[in-house]
Amino acid sequence: MQKQAIFQSKLLPYALVAPQLAIVLIFFYWPALQAVIQSFLLQDAFGLSSNFVWLDNYVELFRDPAYFEAIVRTFFFSFAIAVSSLSFALLLAVMADKPLRGSMLYRTLLIWPYAVAPPVVGVLWIFMLHPSLGVLARYLRAVGIDWNPLLDGNQAAALIILAAAWKQISYNFLFFLAGLQAIPKSVFEAAAIDGARPMRRFWTVTFPLLSPTIFFLLVVNIVYAFFDTFGIIDTMTRGGPGTSTVTLVYKVYSDGLLGGNLGSSAAQSVILMVMVIVLTGIQFRFVERKVTY
Amino acid sequence: MANVTLRNVRKTYTGGFEAIKGVNVDVGDGQFCVLVGPSGCGKSTLLRMVAGLETVTGGEIDIGGRVVNQVEPADRDIAMVFQNYALYPHMSVFNNMAYGLRNRGMKEAEVKTRVEEAARVLELAPMLERKPRQLSGGQRQRVAMGRAIVRQPKVFLFDEPLSNLDAKLRIAMRVEIRKLQRRLNTTSIYVTHDQLEAMTLADILVVMNGGQVEQIGNPLAIYEKPATTFVASFIGAPPMNLMSTRTEEIKSQLGGSAGDAGILGIRPEDFVITDQTPAGGVALPLTVEAIERVGAETFIYGSRAQDEQRVAATPGELPPGEVIVRIPGTEAPAIGQKIRVGAIRSKLHLFSGDGRSRIEA
Amino acid sequence: MVEDEGFQRYVAHFILWVGIAIVAFPVYIAIVASTQDNALIANGQMSLLPGGHFFEVYYQTIFVGTSGSTREPVYNMMLNSLVMALLIAVGKIAISIISAYGIVYFRFPFRMPIFWIIFITLMLPVEVRIYPTYKIVADLHMLDSYAGLSLPLIASATATLLFRQFFMTVPDELLEASRIDGAGPLRFFWDTLLPLSRTNMAALFVILFILGWNQYLWPLLITTRDDMQTIQVGIRKMITTTDALTEWPVVMATAVLAMLPPVFVVVAMQKLFVRGLVETEK
Repeated sequence: MQKQAIFQSKLLPYALVAPQLAIVLIFFYWPALQAVIQSFLLQDAFGLSSNFVWLDNYVELFRDPAYFEAIVRTFFFSFAIAVSSLSFALLLAVMADKPLRGSMLYRTLLIWPYAVAPPVVGVLWIFMLHPSLGVLARYLRAVGIDWNPLLDGNQAAALIILAAAWKQISYNFLFFLAGLQAIPKSVFEAAAIDGARPMRRFWTVTFPLLSPTIFFLLVVNIVYAFFDTFGIIDTMTRGGPGTSTVTLVYKVYSDGLLGGNLGSSAAQSVILMVMVIVLTGIQFRFVERKVTY
Repeated sequence: MANVTLRNVRKTYTGGFEAIKGVNVDVGDGQFCVLVGPSGCGKSTLLRMVAGLETVTGGEIDIGGRVVNQVEPADRDIAMVFQNYALYPHMSVFNNMAYGLRNRGMKEAEVKTRVEEAARVLELAPMLERKPRQLSGGQRQRVAMGRAIVRQPKVFLFDEPLSNLDAKLRIAMRVEIRKLQRRLNTTSIYVTHDQLEAMTLADILVVMNGGQVEQIGNPLAIYEKPATTFVASFIGAPPMNLMSTRTEEIKSQLGGSAGDAGILGIRPEDFVITDQTPAGGVALPLTVEAIERVGAETFIYGSRAQDEQRVAATPGELPPGEVIVRIPGTEAPAIGQKIRVGAIRSKLHLFSGDGRSRIEA
Repeated sequence: MVEDEGFQRYVAHFILWVGIAIVAFPVYIAIVASTQDNALIANGQMSLLPGGHFFEVYYQTIFVGTSGSTREPVYNMMLNSLVMALLIAVGKIAISIISAYGIVYFRFPFRMPIFWIIFITLMLPVEVRIYPTYKIVADLHMLDSYAGLSLPLIASATATLLFRQFFMTVPDELLEASRIDGAGPLRFFWDTLLPLSRTNMAALFVILFILGWNQYLWPLLITTRDDMQTIQVGIRKMITTTDALTEWPVVMATAVLAMLPPVFVVVAMQKLFVRGLVETEK
């Protein structure tokens, strides 16, 4: 895709792209390159010298059961967050798509949590479900659940998933609503005349026509769960108890910061980069499909 | 005031595609020249080359005695009206018209005088402060015209300026454009694919096809003596009936006068329903297939007894063997009826077998 | 349709209000908690109705800070967050719109390679290159500075792509009309393209401001001085101390203050926000 009408100039275009190019090269490519290089190096304990160790850092990572667990955990978190948040948001969007009085108000009241920062989400939820002072924890204990996410890894994981899914509802709701509104109403009317009842209409018409949106949101939610949950985890559990809420990004952070193992941290970064590139690649293929849909 | 001369103008794109294959046109001072042709014939490209929006890869473009091949559009002293008007959406009507003047450093008082004068002429005065999106299609079109006339350029260029309007408005604006051009007496080049627009507006008509000029001249002269079968079928609606002279039926009627001709053309209005064969003319038996009554005239779609070869691959082409006849009034034969139509000698158009040249009998 | 009338409608209203309640509940709790006495909350006796300590809690939060380890008033954190968010939003828009202009409206050697160099940055968030980026910022002596906070987050292609997409939809005739009207490249950019991009810039600004305000991992790493903390980092440090010492009303007041600007932007500029969100994901 190219413009036909353009300007002729030798130097101006370079001047126009120069600022962005400079920032991108200094703050993106150089560090990314450093990460790749560092992932092949092993530093001594004092950080004075480093040896080229080929793929040792990677091999070690994959031998490390903790890393393997983090991968599985990250994918599990992503999946759980995406499914719970998407299904709840879809329900709300289908309701809000009906010609209701005050539907604009509903939209406003449902989209604002997008603006709440992950660490604040973490603070809000840990406060509600704090074992000793949380208002919801009271009720959980009242119904006989031994609620203590600060000690119980599964409960901590559930808490993270809950909070992260909560934050993502508004985003998913907004895109589902847009997707629903893009479906011509005549299609529903035709289905109604063809004798499909509302529930059937949802599964046979709405859901298939919405599938591009669903797929798109699935990818976005997974990427979100990979990266944006960092703030939630760091304020709620710090990866604990033990390592039961350590995700891949959290591990990059904590290994680099606490362990000081830069080679391993860099190798983890590179693996993450590959994962994101794959995910983005899937998303782009989807975008192309959307065009031809 | 200026004349515009194109000398063997060519345009070859980097891929090797030849959009304009050597065009020679001479537009006299104050004349209204219309470039007409089917889409893709190169007429818009040619206009944009005159404007300086496309580079010229061969030949010369001369405006007012100056070769402008290398001159920037802004310095050619031309103004252009675009098909989609290209109004600046964020500027008021006044500023849209004033922009080009201010860019040239004109004094604000003079800008104001000129814009207000143009607005008066175009009846835009009450809406000078509005934005383009608050205007109707016809009003936007007039703003685009205003932007051109405030500049008082040597040449107006119009790129299908009426094609976004509805049919009624199009006719009204067509008349207005012609009146305006007469009054300002500015040399104009106008591109359209609508042959009716072309016929009614042009002092000089340039019929283009496949990057080449098919015929140049006075519109009526072109109508009466089309140089090629392409022009014959493109100019005039419904199009001229074209048929092969090789069929026995026609060959026998034309006799020796057919000469080298391979294609015979007869305009629908030149037929009369008659039992006789006009002296030196041609008569055809037809079966009436369809009738269109439009009030003042009636069109008869008839099929000839024998199928024949297609003779011209051009727009407005008829299916093989179909003939259109135009008769005045609403009287018409019934569908299915067999009739005989004839045309006199002077109304016959003869072309070479390839349709590329006209043969005068 | 007929069946959307009556009962179905009430069901829809009901479900939507339940959804709104779920979405709003944590924030309600935070607001309530920020008006109560710390001792009550620490005992697990928190009331679900607002208390009477609104003014003292917010006064302490904004102007004094917690009495514990991070005695940094929240207004300063908010100021840091604001500067960072504005720098990211304005900086990204500024460098992106001119580079998109260069890429779309000119032909020059290495145009496509340059486009790809910028485009690829779309794929990788700062989180995956966090330590190498930290090292560069440290080497450039930009730790604890606004430049260090914002520059690495400006290095991404989303805005460039958005503007490119938008420029492609601007009719070619507008540029041609400008050329005939005697405007050169810079004049066309300033007089025509920039005004036409206003809505896109505003929509992008809304999104980038929210994203900037909500940044966490990067500011956490590169700010070491308390007075350079952003509010997101500050709130986390408030609950680092042992549970018993956490001043929950102040934490909750900080949470409310941290939410206020971005939520206000979303609600007040909803149209632009929705547009920006949808556009940036294309």
